[in-house]
Amino acid sequence: MTSTETRRTSQPNGRAEDSTVLAGPTSDSVEFGTGGPGGSTLHTDLPKSARIRKKIKPSRTGTGQVKAQSTPVDGRRRHRWRRWVTPIVVLALWQLGSNLGYLSFKTFSSPWQVADTAYQLMANGILERALLVSLARVGVGLFIGVTAGLLLGLVSGLFRLGEDLIDPSLQMLRTMPVLALIPLFILWFGIGELPKVLIIGLGCFFSMYLNTFAGVRNVDVRLVEAGQTLGLSRWGQIRHVIIPAALPSALVGLRIAIGVSVIMLVVSEQINASSGIGYLMTQAEQFFQTSVIFVGLLVYALLGLSADLIVRFIEKRALAWRRTFAGA
Amino acid sequence: MTTTQVRPSVQLRGLRRAFGDRVVLDGIDLSIAPGEFVALLGQSGTGKSTLLRALAGLDEAIEGHIVVPRQRAVVFQEPRLMPWKRVWRNVVLGLDESEDGKPTRARASLALAEVGLTSHEDAWPATLSGGEAQRVALARALARRPELLLLDEPFGALDALTRLKMQGLVAQLCQRHNPTVLLVTHDVDEAIVLAQRILVLRDGQLVTDVQVDVPFPRRRADSEFGHLRSRLLADLGVLEDQA
Repeated sequence: MTSTETRRTSQPNGRAEDSTVLAGPTSDSVEFGTGGPGGSTLHTDLPKSARIRKKIKPSRTGTGQVKAQSTPVDGRRRHRWRRWVTPIVVLALWQLGSNLGYLSFKTFSSPWQVADTAYQLMANGILERALLVSLARVGVGLFIGVTAGLLLGLVSGLFRLGEDLIDPSLQMLRTMPVLALIPLFILWFGIGELPKVLIIGLGCFFSMYLNTFAGVRNVDVRLVEAGQTLGLSRWGQIRHVIIPAALPSALVGLRIAIGVSVIMLVVSEQINASSGIGYLMTQAEQFFQTSVIFVGLLVYALLGLSADLIVRFIEKRALAWRRTFAGA
Repeated sequence: MTTTQVRPSVQLRGLRRAFGDRVVLDGIDLSIAPGEFVALLGQSGTGKSTLLRALAGLDEAIEGHIVVPRQRAVVFQEPRLMPWKRVWRNVVLGLDESEDGKPTRARASLALAEVGLTSHEDAWPATLSGGEAQRVALARALARRPELLLLDEPFGALDALTRLKMQGLVAQLCQRHNPTVLLVTHDVDEAIVLAQRILVLRDGQLVTDVQVDVPFPRRRADSEFGHLRSRLLADLGVLEDQA
């Protein structure tokens, strides 16, 4: 190729641009610079259309919780107080119903009674002790189930051999309702902590396993190829391509696992428990302390809610790259 | 002319590839001199990309003899950036940390500056426009200092204006770094504007191998340009009236 380079140092818009080196010897060849004025208009156009797509996405899926960015979202934020109206009205009507005698204090405690009971249980430390026991159960169970599900999901997702050895058996086991195993677990492991933790762990395990496996298997093969041409080793591929790509799916698995773990906790605690929130509730049932049952329900709900918040926080941090795209 | 004195950068002998009963590459022989810019033309489905993938080392079922440089880089039709890595990390992904003593970040900055994207170093790929993302892909390829640059219809998914700018950028960068280039495309004009040598793949064979003698600047209005264009279209099996 004939190669005299032509340098143009002054841009029409007077910006201090790097000199544009052209492919041909004269400046009236097919000219394209890296960053002329034409370039900037062209490129600001594109993100704009991308932004519009972002705006539509959250409202269509109805997930809400969109950061203020456009007028409809601003409106949603300004009227946030309206979300509190219904629960407050319901609580007020409930309290009113109790006071006017429409609801029996014995079978349907009033909000005030529930609050009072909760305060007393906290004051004498009963609630705290029960909560710690329940938290420990759910924590250990979750840890075991999530770790096992993640590891086996990765192994069978990454390796054909792993899939052949692990997946068919797990798919068969998966069809069995975990809660139906409780009688067997009690026979095997007695009525201590072990069967409870194992039931929770097993409940979490499957959602974690399935979602991790699906995440690994749904990795875009084009990205894997790109990684190959970039000279990534097998381990480099796993670390830089496959695991990050599978992470969103695995986090969905974690979120489901946490939801399941609370359910498993509730059930396992109501059978043969001698401590924990569930024990508190079964005791209350025997002594007709309706308000304690309500407090237990409240604690379970708060447990589920805070677990969900934790996962959302993890997602926000770990999936920042996707957040930007979704326009959160 | 293919230089015989210099050891060729790419050498293929008896390259053959079939998908089921369909033979896509049927005994391809080719050698490309170092620093040569070769365009490979062909209608869709003729196996252009198959040939390029073979050179990239992505096709394990290929038969034949292939000699390619160790330092290769590929730019695909889509940018194929890792969406979970910031732009600069994408550029140096797979390069050893602080190779040749230079911190990797500096190397990324250098490559990004060459494609005019200095201000996007810390951006997430999802926030880039199509043209910007493709420029990052180009920077990623160049940061590897390839001896062989494989371009698989890299402008195919871009709008017409961005495509023109990208073609100019590629021409400029290839001249500066002088790698051997194989550009796969179905755009005859693009091939004539950019390449020193044009190959046409048809029915599994390289039916054409021409040096482009059209002087720079190559303007589409030139008669030589038009001549070559007609010839290549005929070789591709396209009647010009339809094109």
